[in-house]
Amino acid sequence: MLRITGGKVYDPANNINGQIKDICISDGRIVSEVEGGRTIDATGMIVFPGGVDVHTHVAGAALNFARAMIPEDHRRNAPYVRGERHRGGIGGATPTTYVTGYLYAGMGWTTVNEAAVPILSARHTHEELRDTPIVDKSCCVLLANNEILLDLLEAGETERARHVAAWQIWAAKAYGVKAVNPGGVAAWKWGKDAKGLYEPVPGYNKVTPAKIIAALASIVDDLGLPHPLHLHCNNLGAPGNYNTTLETMKVLEGKRAHLAHLQYHAYGGDDWFTMRSKSAEVADYFNAHPNLTTDAGAVLFGNTVTITADGPWQHLLYKLTGRKWGNLDVENETGCGIVPYVYKEKNLVNAVQWAVGLELLLLINDPWRVFLTTDHPNGAAFWRYPEIIQLLMDVNFRREQLKKLAPKALKRILLPELDRQYTLSEIAVITSAGPARALGLAHKGHLGIGADADVAIFNDSKDIARMFAYPRYVIKGGEVVIEEGEIRKAVEGRGYVVRPVYDEKIEDYIRPLFQQYYTMSFDNYPVELERLENPDIRSC
Amino acid sequence: MTTLTLKESPTVPLEAETLAPDVIAPLRHDAIAALPVFLGKRQRRLDDFFTIEGDGSDELEVRGDLGRVKWIGRGMTRGKITIVGNAGMHLGAYMKGGTIEVRGNASDWVGAEMTGGLIHVHGDAGGQIGAAYRGSLSGMNGGIILVEGSAGIEIGMRMRRGIIAVKGPVRDFAGLQMKGGTLFLLGGAELRTGAWMIRGTIVCLKPIALLPTFSYACTYDPVFLRLYGRRLEELGFSIPYQPDAGGYRRYSGDAAVPGKGEILVWKPQVA
Repeated sequence: MLRITGGKVYDPANNINGQIKDICISDGRIVSEVEGGRTIDATGMIVFPGGVDVHTHVAGAALNFARAMIPEDHRRNAPYVRGERHRGGIGGATPTTYVTGYLYAGMGWTTVNEAAVPILSARHTHEELRDTPIVDKSCCVLLANNEILLDLLEAGETERARHVAAWQIWAAKAYGVKAVNPGGVAAWKWGKDAKGLYEPVPGYNKVTPAKIIAALASIVDDLGLPHPLHLHCNNLGAPGNYNTTLETMKVLEGKRAHLAHLQYHAYGGDDWFTMRSKSAEVADYFNAHPNLTTDAGAVLFGNTVTITADGPWQHLLYKLTGRKWGNLDVENETGCGIVPYVYKEKNLVNAVQWAVGLELLLLINDPWRVFLTTDHPNGAAFWRYPEIIQLLMDVNFRREQLKKLAPKALKRILLPELDRQYTLSEIAVITSAGPARALGLAHKGHLGIGADADVAIFNDSKDIARMFAYPRYVIKGGEVVIEEGEIRKAVEGRGYVVRPVYDEKIEDYIRPLFQQYYTMSFDNYPVELERLENPDIRSC
Repeated sequence: MTTLTLKESPTVPLEAETLAPDVIAPLRHDAIAALPVFLGKRQRRLDDFFTIEGDGSDELEVRGDLGRVKWIGRGMTRGKITIVGNAGMHLGAYMKGGTIEVRGNASDWVGAEMTGGLIHVHGDAGGQIGAAYRGSLSGMNGGIILVEGSAGIEIGMRMRRGIIAVKGPVRDFAGLQMKGGTLFLLGGAELRTGAWMIRGTIVCLKPIALLPTFSYACTYDPVFLRLYGRRLEELGFSIPYQPDAGGYRRYSGDAAVPGKGEILVWKPQVA
């Protein structure tokens, strides 16, 4: 039992905006009253619901490949030396599993959604998530380039496609469905890409990216998944791609969808030399369509590594940078590319990317529909979120940072004209309440009675980046996990999965295809529920 | 002068990056004795392994067979370390300035990713001298490494600036993925010298086997080698640079990358 007293509470889901209020915790939940137990005096501090990351890459084969590719990054960062209550590891752009959990919790984040999991490597992903302590986890399974599904869409068998998708979601022990560059990753296997939404995907006659997007969004809605289709649009990163993004949003009319890392999809211009921000156009359309949510995918300057299932884009990035490149092929399901990258202030393209991420966060009016992410580790490592919070809350700091850009860059962005400043309450929305709602986790992201007792307590300070980087206390599931800058207890998190309804006979359809086209035995394919540490099956 | 004498060679490698003038110079004898070193994964005191004489100074003399003592002079910026005996791996890695002299043999990764200073090995050295550590974009970015004896594989791997000169023979892949700087191979080299080199100069005084992706350009007498030659003479290394002694055959490559590097092979004047 625990009582937090004297703190200013920011709980936007329950319309509590900085009132001083006691928060009582018992058995891992928020309750109305407790007697006895510990009391935390939070006078002079602010109390937030624990952060929720709607889109991050923290586990799985691709991330591990990235870890292996950047030993120089591991050397740059100080190691985490094993202590009494925590294990050792390394931080940097791709922290090791245990350190990932410690770093998220150490920043007040208590739930993360691993955004891209191929079914074939889902077992690996769950094994790593199991070793990611403290935070609760969910993951999205990659389906938009799955050849069994694409073949069904080609044949017009949407009903069967729904059953197959539902089976696949359960096989991967996923929580949601991710679509990455729909059709483009399948085309990449022939060295091609899918750039036009209405052009057939190479290798197919009828299947177009638009058709895949519409079909998957409908399948997700029909199955009643708590989280809508999680979509990485076509033409990521390409100058002029805002048109594709607008077209994609039109395709999604009448359906729910979450547009991932929108920053990478809001560029104008014809090539790298004329690339400019089109965040206003994208934000205007987005503002008018409440069926959509998005996350920023913001960029911060510095070293990182880019990881995505979008193989063709990564090949292009490799050609641009001339640096290391990793490419993975995941049989009939998807692919993956990895390129270490440095975002530089004086680079025009990088400056536009940096600005667009912030512009979208500032131009999208409703904080309940745009969430704080860096598409970790693509835009920057997740442990740099406090820097973005400072940029959002302090227009003067933002102007200081703008001075570091090349003067030419200022003409291509809108950021200098934007003077909106986020309030603490809005920060609580974009870091916790909003993403929890988008993920359909009703017991997360707020501090109402019955909610999970995931609480972050920060100093109420003028130094925004510092106060959010070093919470005074972090409580996860009712246990104090971080206190005085130290890990007090590395609790185990839960793994959220959904079990959508499907016809059991669908296995008879998948099995022969599988035996014909896959390298692995069908019986070894689905992930056993026992692989998850504390599975929590959500209804749908 | 601070003198440190190794009591006995450790059974597992000892990581002693505290053996650098930057660390030791400001300290009194007691504080030097208490400096941390790592024996395997265990932290120990410097005086568990060394007999220390004198207070801290910019001049260190380290005595004994230090073949298992790693990271001596790591990141040092000033002063001088004289090693009377052999030195272990990563000697002078990340070094920025100062001098290291080894009166014995050195191991692998001498001067890896160094940016300045001088390392002079009187005996043989191992592989990856002045190289980039795994994953890094570039290795040595300045400074000079001199080896009187032989050296191992991948010397100057991904080096960007600076000079490496080896009197004895070197093994395979000298100047692998080299990006700049100059490699003097006074005693010749084994296979695949300059593989994937993008820029930079490899000067070889003995005939060597070249990769097919290096093509002959011309035979000439580069002016810059006279400057290098005079500097190297001061350091006790001599390369022929008198025009009447002969010329250098220039091979450009590596065309596999494609690169703009060069290998200059000495061709004495036939009388």
